[in-house]
Amino acid sequence: MEQVAARSNRSLANRARARLLQMHYEAKVGHIGGNLSALDAILHLQSQVMTGDDLFVLSKGHSAGALYIALWATGQLQDDELRAFHQDGTTLAGHTVAGWHKRIAFATGSLGHGLGLAAGAALGKRLRGDPGTVYCLISDGECEEGSTWESLMFAHHRKLANLVVLVDANGLQGFGSTAEVASLEPLVPKFRGFGLRVAEIDGHAPEALDAVLKPLRHEPLIVVMRTVKGKGVSFMEGKMEWHYLPMNEAQYQQALRELAEA
Amino acid sequence: MRDAFCAALVALSTARSFVFFTGDLGFMALEPLRNAMGGRFINAGVAEQNMISVAAGAASVGEQCWTYSIAPFIYGRPFEQIRNDVCLHDFDVKLVGNGGGYGYGVMGATHHAIEDYGVLCALQNMRVHVPAFADDLAPIVARMAADAHPAYLRLGRCEKPRDFVLPAYAPWRRLLSGDAGVLVVVGPGAGGLLAQYAAVPEADRPELWVATELPVLADALPQACVDRIRETGSLFVWEEHVANGGCGQMLALLLLQAGVHPRRFHHFHAKGYQSRRYGSQAFHRAENGLDPASVLAATARLASA
Repeated sequence: MEQVAARSNRSLANRARARLLQMHYEAKVGHIGGNLSALDAILHLQSQVMTGDDLFVLSKGHSAGALYIALWATGQLQDDELRAFHQDGTTLAGHTVAGWHKRIAFATGSLGHGLGLAAGAALGKRLRGDPGTVYCLISDGECEEGSTWESLMFAHHRKLANLVVLVDANGLQGFGSTAEVASLEPLVPKFRGFGLRVAEIDGHAPEALDAVLKPLRHEPLIVVMRTVKGKGVSFMEGKMEWHYLPMNEAQYQQALRELAEA
Repeated sequence: MRDAFCAALVALSTARSFVFFTGDLGFMALEPLRNAMGGRFINAGVAEQNMISVAAGAASVGEQCWTYSIAPFIYGRPFEQIRNDVCLHDFDVKLVGNGGGYGYGVMGATHHAIEDYGVLCALQNMRVHVPAFADDLAPIVARMAADAHPAYLRLGRCEKPRDFVLPAYAPWRRLLSGDAGVLVVVGPGAGGLLAQYAAVPEADRPELWVATELPVLADALPQACVDRIRETGSLFVWEEHVANGGCGQMLALLLLQAGVHPRRFHHFHAKGYQSRRYGSQAFHRAENGLDPASVLAATARLASA
């Protein structure tokens, strides 16, 4: 039974990858690499984990495409709506804009904002006695923003048990690797040094995410997800340039072939 | 004004639910509020960016949030959080900055806020309140609480002359009648000007108005004030704020659009730190020609020119 479920999840993830590539190819835009590193986690949260009481905050707003695709894959966005991605008059901007979809609570895109927003929503829910968990996806490069650490300190001090922070740790950022730019690693002990409860998982393995989310929590949880930028497309995997580049026709066709064979 | 602000929020806390955040400031002022609010009074620490984002996040789930620091710290450091997290979403988040203008005096330029409301008025959905007197705090806090949008409250030190009886609160109030032009004042400097002009015969002084809500909107500008600008032909604006983005510019634009063209216009405003010397609020006002004696002399000269 678990094998069937795993196959079904893989199939959904593959279809989502293909649709994400199509959406970016048709719009002739980039930010594909970071979308592919985050897609598995966002898709799993939206399709298997989150309830109507939960809130998702996409702090790494440049992965808006992955969120749109996850909403599409779960029937919360229609196929024709995706065609508006990056077009004039759209609500599906390159970074999320707020106020048009109940699953997109915030306009994000400037890094270092989402975690504070998520901590505030978690605090507000607690003060109001509202149920639900706030999930916030940040990037590893985003950890260079000082506000991220301000928010972690706050979340820990306030013991926001209804807050889960997912770190898309793909090791690459806009103009170099996180190692080259900021000697960012080791991330896990940095988080632990703030007194936070930290788990480290394969960010492309939904069952690993399920396992760390399952135990009852009395404090915020940080999940460092080891991911691959450009995951699923051989010529994009681990390549910084796919933070920005759009695909040409040949690249798009090759990517689709690889997904079909996966 | 801090005490009046605190008292107004303590009263508000008995009437409605909200969350109060401070950036680790408020010692010897906000303790009554902390006692009244319990777990809803949150010291967010010396982390203004996070404080504003957290307030926006809490507002997103239905809470009205008040955030507090000294004026330069509440709008400068977390500017992008105010712009993106609060104003773009039109969340019910209030920013309260103590010591607007040169209020922190000899504490130094980093503690002054002479560009605050110009910057904030440029943002979507933002309203700014600049009380002139401590008495204004209760009605202003009530107005802010009733309006579920972003707002900024700039606090200062009340300088109201002891015996002066204020008219009932309104965003525009006439404090003194006069025939030698119209002087519009923003902020607590109105107190010193009021004291100065009260001793001048009505025929020789400008009509003194105080404005407390910004940006100035055409439909909020009292017709009586516009009429007096027309009749006297002189408009003076006083504010402890730089010219750019200030009330003077707002008023000039509105009047131009309305076809009102006073023959004389003079803007008394902060110019920064010309001497590179620092001192009390009174020192900086004097250096910028904002002290009551200089303003009185200037308006007398300009009106008779």
